[in-house]
This record gives sequence, C-alpha cells and structure tokens, in this order.
Amino acid sequence: MASDEEQWLDAQAGPVVRPYTLTQGRTRHAGEAFDLVSTVTTTNSYVSDPSALGPEHFSVLHLVQRPTTVVDIASDVNLPLGVVRILLGDLRELGLIAIRAPVPMQARKVDKNTLREVLHGLRGL
Amino acid sequence: MAYGGSELAGGMMTSRGHRAIKILLAGGFGVGKTTLVGAVSEIRPLRTEEPLTETSKHTDSTFGVERKTTTTVAMDFGRITLREDLVLYLFGTPGQERFWFMWDELAIGALGAVVLADTRRLADCFPAIDYFERREIPFIVALNVFDGARRYSMEDVRLALDLDPGLPIVMCDARSRESAKDVLIALVEHVLAQADEPALP
Repeated sequence: MASDEEQWLDAQAGPVVRPYTLTQGRTRHAGEAFDLVSTVTTTNSYVSDPSALGPEHFSVLHLVQRPTTVVDIASDVNLPLGVVRILLGDLRELGLIAIRAPVPMQARKVDKNTLREVLHGLRGL
Repeated sequence: MAYGGSELAGGMMTSRGHRAIKILLAGGFGVGKTTLVGAVSEIRPLRTEEPLTETSKHTDSTFGVERKTTTTVAMDFGRITLREDLVLYLFGTPGQERFWFMWDELAIGALGAVVLADTRRLADCFPAIDYFERREIPFIVALNVFDGARRYSMEDVRLALDLDPGLPIVMCDARSRESAKDVLIALVEHVLAQADEPALP
C-alpha cells in the first residue's frame, strides 16, 4: 500500500475513465491521415443523430467554431492526442468538420520572408 | 477558461493564410526538453508524464538525472503566437527509443530541430543527430547547462559529437524564457543561412 506521502489524489491519481474508453477502444482514426498542425473548422452542419456522439465530440465541435489546429484542440480538451484524432476522424466522417492541411513550411521550401518574419517575431517576444 | 487555445493576441485566427511553423526539440531522456518548452510556450505543455515504473527503470538510464521520477511518454507541445497569422509550434520528440515511431510523423513539414544536450551524457543525443542528418532536417545543438555539470568548450563538444564546422552550438538554460528564445532564434538564423546556400545536388 502507498504510504501517506505517496497518496495520489485528484488529477494525480490519473483519469477516472481510461482515455480510450471514449473511443470505444479504437486507436486509429477514420479516413485519411492528417497533420498535427492541420486546421480544423466546423462545417456548421446539422447534427442529425446527436446520440451517435459523446460529450467530447461536442466539446471539440464547440472549439472549432473558430479554425483551430489539431494540437491546440488536444491541449484545450486535455485529452491525449491519439484520442482527439479519433474524435476528429468521427466528426469528419459525419461531415461536421473540415480538416485542412497546413501550408508547407519545410526548411527547403519555406520562403525567406517568412523566416525573417519568424525571427522578427521571436526577437520581439 | 478552456477555450483560450484558439484565442490569438490581436485578433482572430483566419482560416486562410494561417501559417504554422513546426520546430522539433530532441535530445536524451531527462535533458530538459519539457522545461524548455514550458519556459517559452504560451500554453501549458501537452504531455503525458508517467511515473517511472520498475520496468522503465531498467530501460532508462538515470545516471545524472537521479531526481527524475516521471518521464514524458507522449510529447511536449508548445505554442508561440508570433503574429495573428503566424504561429510557431514546438514539439518535443519522445526521448525513449521505444517511442521513436512518433518521430517520423512529427518530422513531416518541420522547419528545423533543436538537439538539446547535457554535457554529462553527450552520447544520449547521438541518435537525434543521426536522425536529423539523415532526413536533412536543419538543426542546431543547444547545451543545457546544468548546475554542477563540468563546463566544456564548444569546440570540445563539436569534436565529441562529430559535428560539421558550420553547425551552430549554443549554450542555454532551459529554465529561462530568454535563453529558450535565443535557442529558437539561433535555429531560425541557421535555417535562413542555409536557405541562402545553393541546394545540394
């Protein structure tokens, strides 16, 4: 047994529900792969069958009223990235969200003006 | 407030023309990646810190990191809004080899990488250096200066890591926001300098 000093309370004790319970045990999202910094936006479509969605789906839908990146969503809803991706895959299958790939920013392709903007931005922080 | 993540300083994020810059942060276990991301990010890191279990105590050497009782198993994630349409994302790559399957995904579209090194355990960053060299992802080496660690000259480190003469090595204190900023600036300057060079055949 844990001693008094080692007791885990509240958040320290871990989630009450195992994260992948929310996804019915699925670990792979539906449809095409998407980047971590892809932008997710609501399509403002009518949710025809709300019972098909869990509360976490609705949290995500609420967040993406504004275009939001996949990683920002995971940070905001405080769920593991893998779980968030599955939720996003579900919402995309239902046509409720659109996931847009990021503008490519690899070193070899990025334009120098953008790099200078990044430098300027970092120096001004 | 739970929805702060999509709030950007000075206005709304526009769906068109929003540019995301991805920078990777790699290095050995316990080298200070979580600390560095935390020092410079505007939001809390996205991570899964798990207690070191008996099993992982065997696989993770903790020499020089005696006080570490948790390890980052998922990833560190940080965000820095540079302008309303220009956001920098920092991803800490998982330090332990058994999570390396995540690297390839993280590396897609990355602008560059910072390899964080601890002079007490320099060899820990060899795999990261190999990885970025092989993928031709521009990177710099940042030496996290730990209290009580012996100071080495940059040239000693360059020799020990077998780095090209043109590859920047910077000293940093991963706990300091200013220092973490300087590391990122050094990386972007390096990428910009490389962009000026003709592409390799």
